[in-house]
Order: sequence, then C-alpha cells, then structure tokens
Amino acid sequence: MKVGIPKEVLAGERRVATTPETAKRLQKLGFEVLIESGAGANADFSDDLYTAADCKIVAGAEALWAEADIVLKVREPMQHPELGKHEAELLREGQVLISFIWPAQNQELVELLAARKGTVLAMDAVPRISRAQKCDALSSMANIAGYRAVIEAAQHFGSFFTGQFTAAGKVPPARVLVIGAGVAGLAAIGAAKGLGAIVRAFDTRPAVKEQVESMGAEYLTLEFEEDGDGAGGYAKVMTEAFMDAERALFEEQAKEVDIIVTTALIPGKPAPFLITEQALINMREGSVVVDLAAERGGNCPQVVADQVTIKHGVSLIGYTDLPSRMANVASNLYGNNLYHLLDDMGGAEGFKVDEDDEVVRGTLILNRGELRWPPPKIEPSPQAKPAPKPEAEAKPAAPATPASAPRSKPKSSSKKGHGGHGGGAKKQSNPLWLVLGGLALIAVGWGGNDDFLDHFTVFILACFIGWQVIWNVSPALHTPLMSVTNAISGIIIIGGMLQIGGELSDPAVILGAIAILVATINVAGGFLVTQRMLKMFQR
Amino acid sequence: MLPAGLLNVAYIAASILFILSLAGLSNQETARRGNINGIIGMLIAIAATAAYTLGGFEGVTPFTLGPEGLGVLAGAVLIGTLIGGFMAARVAMTSMPELVAVLHSFVGLAAVLVGLSSYMAPLHELSGSEALVHELEIFLAVFIGSITFTGSVIAFLKLRGSLSGRPLTLPGRHLLNLGMLLACVYLGYDFVGQTNHGGLTSLLIMTGISGLIGIHLVMAIGGADMPVVVSMLNSYSGWAAAAAGFMLQNDLLLVTGALVGSSGAILSYIMCAAMNRSFISVILGGFGGGEAPAASGEPKPGEGKGRDDVVEFDVSDTIELLRSASSVIIVPGYGMAVAQAQHSLSEVVKLLRKSGAEVRFGIHPVAGRLPGHMNVLLAEANVPYDIVLEMDELNDDFPETDAVLVIGANDIVNPSAQTDPTSPIAGMPVLEVWNSATVVVMKRGMASGYAGVQNPLFFNENSRMLFGDAKTNVDAILVGLKS
Repeated sequence: MKVGIPKEVLAGERRVATTPETAKRLQKLGFEVLIESGAGANADFSDDLYTAADCKIVAGAEALWAEADIVLKVREPMQHPELGKHEAELLREGQVLISFIWPAQNQELVELLAARKGTVLAMDAVPRISRAQKCDALSSMANIAGYRAVIEAAQHFGSFFTGQFTAAGKVPPARVLVIGAGVAGLAAIGAAKGLGAIVRAFDTRPAVKEQVESMGAEYLTLEFEEDGDGAGGYAKVMTEAFMDAERALFEEQAKEVDIIVTTALIPGKPAPFLITEQALINMREGSVVVDLAAERGGNCPQVVADQVTIKHGVSLIGYTDLPSRMANVASNLYGNNLYHLLDDMGGAEGFKVDEDDEVVRGTLILNRGELRWPPPKIEPSPQAKPAPKPEAEAKPAAPATPASAPRSKPKSSSKKGHGGHGGGAKKQSNPLWLVLGGLALIAVGWGGNDDFLDHFTVFILACFIGWQVIWNVSPALHTPLMSVTNAISGIIIIGGMLQIGGELSDPAVILGAIAILVATINVAGGFLVTQRMLKMFQR
Repeated sequence: MLPAGLLNVAYIAASILFILSLAGLSNQETARRGNINGIIGMLIAIAATAAYTLGGFEGVTPFTLGPEGLGVLAGAVLIGTLIGGFMAARVAMTSMPELVAVLHSFVGLAAVLVGLSSYMAPLHELSGSEALVHELEIFLAVFIGSITFTGSVIAFLKLRGSLSGRPLTLPGRHLLNLGMLLACVYLGYDFVGQTNHGGLTSLLIMTGISGLIGIHLVMAIGGADMPVVVSMLNSYSGWAAAAAGFMLQNDLLLVTGALVGSSGAILSYIMCAAMNRSFISVILGGFGGGEAPAASGEPKPGEGKGRDDVVEFDVSDTIELLRSASSVIIVPGYGMAVAQAQHSLSEVVKLLRKSGAEVRFGIHPVAGRLPGHMNVLLAEANVPYDIVLEMDELNDDFPETDAVLVIGANDIVNPSAQTDPTSPIAGMPVLEVWNSATVVVMKRGMASGYAGVQNPLFFNENSRMLFGDAKTNVDAILVGLKS
C-alpha cells in the first residue's frame, strides 16, 4: 500500500504529516511512502533526507493524490492555491484521508468529501481513551503549544524568568499564572518552571490539583463549590456566578504576576471569557499575556488572533500557530501519532477500516462517503474519578484506570510497626484468644508438675523476649535473620549430644548421631551464609 | 572437675549471646557483630554440653561418653561442618530461599530423631505423672519436627522449581487435614502410658502421618505465598527445638527454640500483613496461582486489554528518560532475581548517581521468595544499603519522582489493590508508583503476576512498557548510559 504526504497548502503552516524518521517506521509496517516534493522543507526536512529514508519524491499534489492509497495531512483539505481547485476534489473513491478535519466546524468540507466517496479519519476526533493516547494528536500538539507559549512570552518579557543575585543587584524571579491545566497548561507550567519562574495555576476541575502540584506549581483555589469536570477529561461550562468569581480571582492575581498563559477551552464551545480589561490594567507594564484560545474567541477579548498587540502596557500574544512554529518536532510527533493509528488499523498488510474498533470508530468521519460522525458515545477514561463507574464492571474493556492518583484511595494502612520502635507489635487482640490463652494457662498450672512449670516459665519469658527483639529487626535484614535463626535453631544438636551415651549399636545412639550431623550442617551452614550475606551489606 | 553451676552459667551466657545476636540485626552496622555473637554462643553451648557429657562437671552426669562416643560426636560434627560450610560457600544469593528451606528441614529432622532416640533411651528414669508429661513432650516434639521436616522439603522442591508452584487443592483437603490430625491425637492417646517402649509403633505411625500433614500443607500453598511458608517453617523449626527442650529438660534448647519460634511467627505475620491476608487463610492454602481463572495469563485478544493497548518503550527511550530524570526509584521484584539483573542494575545506578540523579530502591515486604530477599540480592550487587528503602518510607515520595523503573514486579505495584474492592489483592499495601511522572515497567510479556490479576498500571497514561528479558535490557541500558 502507498501512503502519500502532500505539501500543506495553508499559508504559514510549516508542519508536514510524515518526517523521514516516521516514514521509516511506516515502512516497517509495510507501507510505501510517497512524498510531495518540498513538503517538509519548512520543517527542516529536505527532499534529500526523505530520499535517504527510501521515500519516493513525487512532484505536484495532483500526481501524489492520484498515486497514494492513503493520504496523510496535517490541516484539513482546503482550496489549493496553485491548482486552483479544492483539495477535497483530489480525493477519489475509496481513498483514505487522515488529517485534522474539525467536522463540527467544517460541515461543508465534510459534505464535499462525502461526495467524493472517500474514507476520512479525523485526528482531532481520536477518542480520549487510554489505549488511543499514542494516536492523540490534539494532546501532542497541545503539549508543544503550551511550551511554545512560554517561549513566546519570554521573548516579549523584559526580564529573567529565574531570580538572580548578581553583583550588580538582584533580579526577582518571574511569576507566571497558567489558566487551564490541560495538556497545554501542564506543558506551559513545566516550561515556565524549567526556566526558573514561580508558577501558579488554576483550573475549574479540582481533580487536576495533584497534576499541577506534581509539576511544581501552586494550585490556586476559588472559594466556590463547583466541579468543572466534564466528560472525557475536558472541562464543562460553569455557571455565571462561578465565572464572575473566577474573573475576580484573576484580576487580583494580575497585580502580582508578570505573565499569564491562558489555555481554557471547552469542547465545541467558544472560549470562556476569563481575563477582563481590568485585569490587564492591574498588570505591571511590560507584562505578557499569551492566549492559546485566541483562535476560538480568546480567553482575553483584547487579544487579537495571530498577532502581538500592546494594550495598557501589556503585550498580548494571540498566535494560533504555535505548534507550527516548532514544525520540526511537531511534525515528528504528529507523524508518530499517525504511525500509531495506522499500526492499530493493521499496517499495510492487514489495513482495514474496522468499525468495531473503538479508536477507529471514534476517528472515522466518512466511510466510503457514508457519514459516520459523530460516533456513538463511548465510556471515556476518567481523569481522576473517585471510583470506576458501574458500566466498567459490565464491560471490562472500558478503562477504569485513573491516570492520576485516585482520590478515594484508602490511605495505605501504614505498618510502621515493622521496624521502628520496639514492642510495636500491636496486633488486635481478639477476646476469644485471650480467654483460650487463659484457659490453656490454667490447664498447664493444674496438671503440670513443678519441674515442667519451671521450664514453662522460662519458655514463655523467652517467647516474649524473642517477640520484642525481633520487632526491632530491620526488614532489609529479614533474610539474614532467617538464616541466623536457622543456625541458632541448630542448637538441637545439644539434644543429639545428650542421646549418644549408650552403646554404639543402640538405635537411640545412631539416631542421636544422625541428629548431631544434620544439626551441625545447620549450625555451620547457617552462620557462614549469614556472615557471607552481611559482608555484602555496605554503604 | 568443674562446679555444676558453671554448666548453667554457660547456658545462660549462650542464651544471652543468642538474644544479642538477634538484637544485632536491628541494623546493618551491628548485624555482623550480632552474627558473631551467635557463633560464640553456639560454641559455648556445644563446648559446655560436650564437657557435660564427658563428665567434666561435678554432680549428676547422666552418662559418661566413652572414647568411642567421643569419636562419633567428633565425626558427626566434622562431617556436618564440612557439608554446611560447603553449602554456605557455594549457594548463589538467588537460591537463598532454597537453602533456608533445606536448613529448616534439617532442624525438623533432628527434632524427630532426638525425640525417637529420647523415647528409646530416656535420660532420666521417670515415673507416674512425670513420665506422662515426658511422653507427651516427646510426642509433641516428634509431631512438630516431622511436619517441619516434610514441609520444608516440599518448600525446597517448590522453590527450586522441581515441583510446580501451583497450589495442590485436593477435594475436601480441610477434612483431610482434620482427619490426619485426629488420627495423630488418637495415636497419642494410644502412645502414652505404655511400658517398655511399647508405644514405639504408635510414635512411628504418627511420625509418618504428621509427615503427610506437612507435605499436604505446603503442597496446598501457592508460589506467591512462599515467603509466608518459609517464615512459617522457620517458626515451626523453633517450636520443634523448644519442644525438644521440654523433653530433655534443657533450658537452653527451650530459650533458643522460643526465640526462633517467635521470630518466625513475627516474620509470617509481617508477610501476611504485607499481602493483606490472614495467616489462617495462607496456611490453609489454595491461593497464589490457579484460582483466578479468567484473569490469569495473557488476556485473549478482544477480551480486554493486551499488548496493543500499552505504550511501548525501547531501550533508547528508557536511557533518554533516565538521563533526564533527577530522581529515580527502582522497584525490583522476583523477575529481577530470575534474570540475575542486579549486577548490571547496580552499575546503572552507579552511573546515574555519579551524574547527580537521586536513585533509590523501593522494596515491598513480599518482593521475592523470602522476606528481605531483594535486599540481599542488591547487597550482593554492591548497592549501598542506605538507598534501599522500604515501601512505607517511599510511598509518599512518588509524586516528586521523575521516573520509576519497575523490574520484574507486578502485583506489588498493582493499583487495583487500592481501587478495586473486588480484586483478589484488594487492600494489599502496594508501592504507589503510578503517582510518579513516568513509570517504565520492564517485563517479559503481558502475563499477570502470581495473584493472577490484571494490572491496570500498564495501561496508565504515564506508564511505558519495556518488554524483554530484564538482564538483556538492563545491560543495554548500561551500555547506552556509558556511551
């Protein structure tokens, strides 16, 4: 089967759907890789590199579309400026197209593609279940966007991110506020933290608190009870009262922070309005706001999409092509996402659009021209739900694996008694056992003779000493403990020694002698191996 | 001729030295000193007893050992020392569990032999209630000794792999045990009170039956419960020695037996607590393999999650991750021991530490086949013991950890122990590796662990699977890190 990668036609789009590296992986799946001449040029992948990776260079988009069985793209099909026709018209019947489609926003495009009777899979529709993560292009692109947002902010910010004490004076560290702790938000937190800034983050979903804190940022809380966790790990629309409280929080924060990165988006809705003009006024001059939601109306209405503007002394960055600004790595990751999807679909040999496959079904927009979107709802993987949903029991395939620590986890019943303190053996004593023990003692006292009772006293006291001493043994030394107690229990040799007084032919003596033999093996073996082990323990 | 009191003093000294020996094991620095205390104690005890049997002490001596007897004694001790020394010097640290099990069986065997011998030729002439008590003591010592002996032999064979680790679950096995126990009680009733060693037949039959009980008990216990079994047998061997002490009216045997017995009991308790299972249910067996039918083994395609649903890592990805991580926790399991990966792992750790990363090991109490087994293996590979930590010391640190390497472990890092109340391992304390940034699980395949439970950890967003033999992979990582 032939996989074709055309050059992206959108002006300013630098990414390419397959890099020489991912092409190699596709070839391992058995695909032949065709690439339009110059497709990777903007991402620093020359035609030579593709040739070196055994790809076939095809001149011109039309030739490429005509030859390929599967076409891989980044951006959705659009009017081709050089050919003067729409890319969708290049799709032929039965041909497979995999790219971003955004079917909800691009109804006309979907109709156009349907008319061509092609099979179309949308990388933006990969279901958010754990096994599809490796195909999740939205996440891999959001990750890049989050990182780049911080880098862009750094470029427009007139100071260090990390605090410095120099001979010339001290520089305070930058304070960064990240709003929305999805993939992009977390990447932004990581990047800002890595540059040395003090990072705070806010998200309407309390469940992400742990993730935020694990990245080393402070999680801001709002004195307002409402869980913003929608389906599929995305956020949902909040009440107006909540939004007001949120905006007030950001106006307050604006007085302290130097950089705000907003990443708040709700699937299928315009971006929520979060940063007020007052907040911009509150910010120091020279501060920066990066709005990753600019394409969808923006979290800050003053931000202009695709531009950098300055308002109230604050640089407002509204780039919508952040992944494309890191075309090299973005292409690689996107190519990997495509590779994983094609791998899941059976590689070149067993390539099949299997509608029973959850991932394929979710991603599928058109199957030979027939509309398959939107897919039936599937159980999404909960980001941090307290307990597996009931459906999960009926259907074990549904992932019930909280990615981050489940909140309802029973605090591991700490058994610190193992090592630390002597006599820490606090077993819950059952009254029944106490009674039985008491009765046994009475029975012993009743029936036993003096001699026996003397020994019995020694025995019981020794048990208690043993009990106390052993609790102090470090768990790391349990194996040496076993071998040393083993050696010590070889003391039974004394029993043997007391039995060899008779004639040598006496069976009692023979048994005694054998007892001595095996007990000595124990004593010698036990002590020696313990010594050998203990010698190895070194700091 | 020495005063008789000196014998007692020697025994007291030996007892104290044994207690100090165990107390010395409370940490690594005093442990070696402790072992030496034990050796001195044992030498004192043997020397004093030898002097006693040779008539070296004043007062009543039961018999005086002739030159022939002395020859037997010396010969047995010499041969025993040679065999024991040979075994101790040769054993590989991975086979420690087998060695410990086989040594247990010797104690059991010795207890049986001493018991039989003591019945045939009692040290003191006894009559009336004294004789009755003595006979009961003999009976008990032989009973415990025999169970310890056969049980340890089976445990040894299972650990060595000569016998399958699967539990043998005979129909009505609890009834079977009960029946055998009742038979022993009846034989005991028959045994006591007979004159002129007439009870020997009953005693021998009972030895056989209790031997069967030992075999059956350990056969019914699955591979995952082996740490409990070994420590339980450790305990039994102690009780057998203590019973012999009663029988021979020897306080040193009593004290030592009690020490060892309680030590084993505590270890068993700790192991059970670490698996969140009651001691009784472990002893009665039937867990640890086989019994979780559908969930065990490689999940069938289409039936749920398999190898396709995990994110795979290759060696170079792992190297990349380790290079960039500033804190790493390694969680080894029995798989590491099987693959003998500890030496290369130790080198990897050295390199990582040299480059400034914080590397620690997290040890679950039941990792391996013996309590503390992992610690010994890591110590053998020259891993400094102060970076080898316990579960409780580490569990709170996972959220701040960049990378976790899970090597050949499964059940002990299974999150369903905390999340799924219906899981067979629900409530078992586990290492919370999933809280860290990235978890790399090194495994041969997707098979489930001994508990036969699927591990949702593998499918987590932050989990990566590195398939293949642990040794090969660790070696490759080592080569990669060096270059």
